[in-house]
Amino acid sequence: MSNWTAAHLWLIPLLPLAASLAILSLTKKQRAFAAGLAIAGQVLALLLSLAAFGGAIPTPTYRAVHNFVWFTFGEQALRLGFLLDPLASVMLVMITFVSLCIFVFSLGYMAKDENFGRFFAYLSFFSAAMLGVVIANSLLLLFICWELVGLASYLLIGFWIHKPSAAAAAKKAFITTRIGDLGFFLGMIWLYGRSGTLLFYDGGHGALETAGLLSLGGAATSIALLIFCGAVGKSGQFPLHVWLPDAMEGPTPVSALIHAATMVAAGVFLVARVYPIFSLGAIKGVTTSLLVVVWIGVVTALISALIALAQFDIKRILAYSTVSQLGLMMVSLGVGGVAAGIMHLLAHGFFKALLFLGSGSVIHGCDEEQDIRRMGGLRGAMPVTFLTYAVGMMALSGVPLFFAGAWTKEEILHATSLWSVSRLPHFLMLAGVVLTALYMTRQMIYVFFGERRTAPTHAHESSSVMTWPLMVLALCTIAFSLVLTPAWPWLHDFLLGVRPLFNAASLIQPGLFLALVLVAIGIGLGVLIYRGAGERDPFARTAPAVFRFLENRMWLDELYDWTILAFARFAAQLSDFLDRYLWDGLVRLGGEIGRAFGGLTKGFDERAINSGVNDATVFARGIGRLVAARHSGQVQTYLGAIAVGLLALLIFYAWLI
Amino acid sequence: MAHLIAGLIFIPILGALFVSVAPRPYARPVALGSCAITALFSLELWRVFNPALAGLQLVARHDWIPAIGAELHLGVDGLSLLLVLLTSLVFPFALLARELDRAFCALMLLMQAALYGTFTAQNFVLWFLFYEMSLFPGFLLIKIWGGPKRDRAATKFFLYTFLGSVAMLLSFLGIYLVRGTFDFAQLASLGKSGLLGGEARWFAFAGVFLGLAVKVPLFPFHTWLPDAYETAPTGVSMVMTGALSKMGVYGFVRLLLPLFPNEIRIAGPWLLGLAVCSIVFTSLAAWAQTDLKRMVAYLSINHLGYCMLGLFAVASSALIPPNEAQAALSGVFLQVFNHGLTAAALFYFVGLLEERRGARGLEDFGGLMQRTPLLCGWMSVAMFSSLGLPGLNGFVGEFLIFTGSFSLAAGYTAVAVLGLLITAIVFLRAMQALFSGPLATSCATFPDLRARETWVVVPVTLLMFAVGIYPQFICGIFNSTVTGMARLLG
Repeated sequence: MSNWTAAHLWLIPLLPLAASLAILSLTKKQRAFAAGLAIAGQVLALLLSLAAFGGAIPTPTYRAVHNFVWFTFGEQALRLGFLLDPLASVMLVMITFVSLCIFVFSLGYMAKDENFGRFFAYLSFFSAAMLGVVIANSLLLLFICWELVGLASYLLIGFWIHKPSAAAAAKKAFITTRIGDLGFFLGMIWLYGRSGTLLFYDGGHGALETAGLLSLGGAATSIALLIFCGAVGKSGQFPLHVWLPDAMEGPTPVSALIHAATMVAAGVFLVARVYPIFSLGAIKGVTTSLLVVVWIGVVTALISALIALAQFDIKRILAYSTVSQLGLMMVSLGVGGVAAGIMHLLAHGFFKALLFLGSGSVIHGCDEEQDIRRMGGLRGAMPVTFLTYAVGMMALSGVPLFFAGAWTKEEILHATSLWSVSRLPHFLMLAGVVLTALYMTRQMIYVFFGERRTAPTHAHESSSVMTWPLMVLALCTIAFSLVLTPAWPWLHDFLLGVRPLFNAASLIQPGLFLALVLVAIGIGLGVLIYRGAGERDPFARTAPAVFRFLENRMWLDELYDWTILAFARFAAQLSDFLDRYLWDGLVRLGGEIGRAFGGLTKGFDERAINSGVNDATVFARGIGRLVAARHSGQVQTYLGAIAVGLLALLIFYAWLI
Repeated sequence: MAHLIAGLIFIPILGALFVSVAPRPYARPVALGSCAITALFSLELWRVFNPALAGLQLVARHDWIPAIGAELHLGVDGLSLLLVLLTSLVFPFALLARELDRAFCALMLLMQAALYGTFTAQNFVLWFLFYEMSLFPGFLLIKIWGGPKRDRAATKFFLYTFLGSVAMLLSFLGIYLVRGTFDFAQLASLGKSGLLGGEARWFAFAGVFLGLAVKVPLFPFHTWLPDAYETAPTGVSMVMTGALSKMGVYGFVRLLLPLFPNEIRIAGPWLLGLAVCSIVFTSLAAWAQTDLKRMVAYLSINHLGYCMLGLFAVASSALIPPNEAQAALSGVFLQVFNHGLTAAALFYFVGLLEERRGARGLEDFGGLMQRTPLLCGWMSVAMFSSLGLPGLNGFVGEFLIFTGSFSLAAGYTAVAVLGLLITAIVFLRAMQALFSGPLATSCATFPDLRARETWVVVPVTLLMFAVGIYPQFICGIFNSTVTGMARLLG
């Protein structure tokens, strides 16, 4: 079975893709059929993913590779391939599972939407592309799917296309990520030029295998950093993070699936996938490229956690939280904790999808209200949403023992504490833990506690088709921690390719107490500050200037607008102006000079040019006049002349043979 | 079998004669019939063509005017065949763009004949004859059926191209006086050691370069193009960008690269600089346009700039590694085909919008997705193809061009990549303005894609997907040619 699945890995993305194409050819009325197709495709993909995963479990350092020729150019073959290894297999399962939950949730959430079918077509298309990213055994195939994922994101952010803000956000997302993708593209072609292959693994000849890595030589750092640009764009890292909060204009299931659980994690996945390039020539686990990864991650994690403290849109808070957590994962990869970073990615996939779907349920129940100041006291009206949201909140904050996020975060903190360069990232990430607990507590209190502020009195719990996915994801968030604990670090060791050992004693660690204290401080502070908070944020009262700075997202959008964008727009206008006046003028001037020169010299060539120009002018003017005077008659004369000439040629040709 | 090529050239001419005498309502069916026959001929040509051979095939060679070395010498290699197929594809597509006059159809067919001739002639005199033969129909088509400002645009188009042609003709006359031949193959074999000595070689090089650079066009000789494409009727814009501009690229590959290898190597940095300017400045200029057609016209220059980048990167490097040269050349050939297909489609769509709205400014539309989802959907595919989205045709060519060029001229290529970003900005901005937001009142009665329009759009779009997903069927045509050329240049 395992071999069969590994050899037919391409079926996993193909099934959702087929579902997507089939749905697009349906009519608007066939809603149930469209959703059925999408969910069927997703279920099959999940089953296949589980089979692939099961096949990968028994063998440590499992790796199945299937390469094929895409096309040939000149004498060379461009090869692509599929890869199943522990990293790909766990990603497959997480993506298909979370997607399925979100597809089901969308049945309820999008029930009243006019373009219900199209929504499922786009979702399926996204899922296909994302699965393609995960199983690619070629940087090129990964890039192709990566761009298609970006397209899906564009289509889904702008799904409510009549909303100008949605269209603007979609454009911003596509263009901002494409800036990063240009770096990725350059890194990829540079890698190709150096190693002559874009396959990751190819029986010893792949780019990530010893010979391939050696051929990179001194370019490895530059290549790694260029590829990292792509990850920065897609994973919303500073300074390209500005698109992700705006992407919340899309329907909430989209935010949950694409802009929290899966696509934005693709950047982290990419770095993990090509990690050998980043760590090439590492001394004590440190290279220039990894240093950059760490510091970008640190900056991103902190500033977005701070910004999250001062947002009022329930989805935007979660968006900044996502950015912050992705930064944390980058830090983990940068300091050498690859397995820890991926574990956090997976856990984050579950609990962030849960939180977003929970926020969707809240928004749905409150008549599309998204401002947390207008909510409050919803825990009675929406008990299931409240409880599951609390699970997500505790997992995200890192409340120890029962929640997946806590163990993975603990693992990352452990990795940062061992970094040989500096302890600063470790301490900053500890501060990040407090901040995370703080802003999540703030959100919980604003939404679910206190008294109802302006929330509609008929605020209600969502239908079961929406609450079931919440419960399933909440359960997963808890159950997932079983394979994450230090007592039985199954996932960690599976990713590293070693057999896990059970050791109950290692469950009790100093780090655990540290985490407990920090989270307690965060939540405790949150309760103290925000208990009984009203329309006006307590933080805004005590430090209005700082709050405004954070509320306006540190004015980064405005800064980009006034600098880079203004320059680019100016360059565009300038190009147009130069085109209309300067270049045209120069060419005409050149022509004039040539004519004058021709008049002066008596060489045969110059005279010929001169007369040519004159003839041409006269001829053109003549035709112009003739045509203007007597329209079609003249044209036919010319046509006739040309045709007769060519006919003569034809006869001549016939006479020759 | 060799008569296939001659047939390709003469059938459109006969078609033009028939169109001229046929009653007006039959003009377009007759013209399309002629296109169908030439399409069959090109397919037959594809079938008998042996893709494993690098050199010329199906050669027909006869004396013509021995006194001046003119021969009737026709033949195809992979590149020629590719362009013949493209021509057969673009012309019927353009003729379907709207109801047309008799004379219009006839001129279009004459232009088609000229293109078939240009892409298959192997002797300069014959080649130049066809090359110029395309100019007059183009001029008349803009002059008579163009939009406002057509007089100025047509004259500008004519003068620029004609001046370039004259320069090129003089260069070849000079070469002939010294070397005594007009045959492409013979000239190419002489090119390595230098066709001409002393200062003369630079004049000859400059002349040929100018002629081709205007035709492509290459920055800064491109200023005729936005005016011409903007003013020309939809069908003419389609063939001009889809097929006519390929004559310039073809000329670079067939003439400039083999004939002046040493000169290009010396001028290399400048040429690469011009290619990069062509890519960056024109895409920026496209961003500043508010007229859809002018915008697409600028992006057309930008896309041909990628071709120029690939060609110059190959030709200007001192030691050409075969792998990189093959990548770049394959990319250029793919791009030539893809651009022909996609740019023509974009002009077609702009034509559809203009026909419905009577205007084509970005601000004249809004919220079309709500009214005409099919039109928007298919048009988006063409736009994404043009901005190089993987899975569609544009990406494959651009990937290969950049891959090859990066190893040969890393700095220039790194700057040129900006073009990919700006193109994306331009298209996304257009999509936002046209498709999203509230439905503009002026567009509230638009019909969606009609059946006959769908029949035009769907096959073309499917072809974009086909090339993007399985490029082998296009690459297979020219792989041997590319290998041979890379060896010849290296």
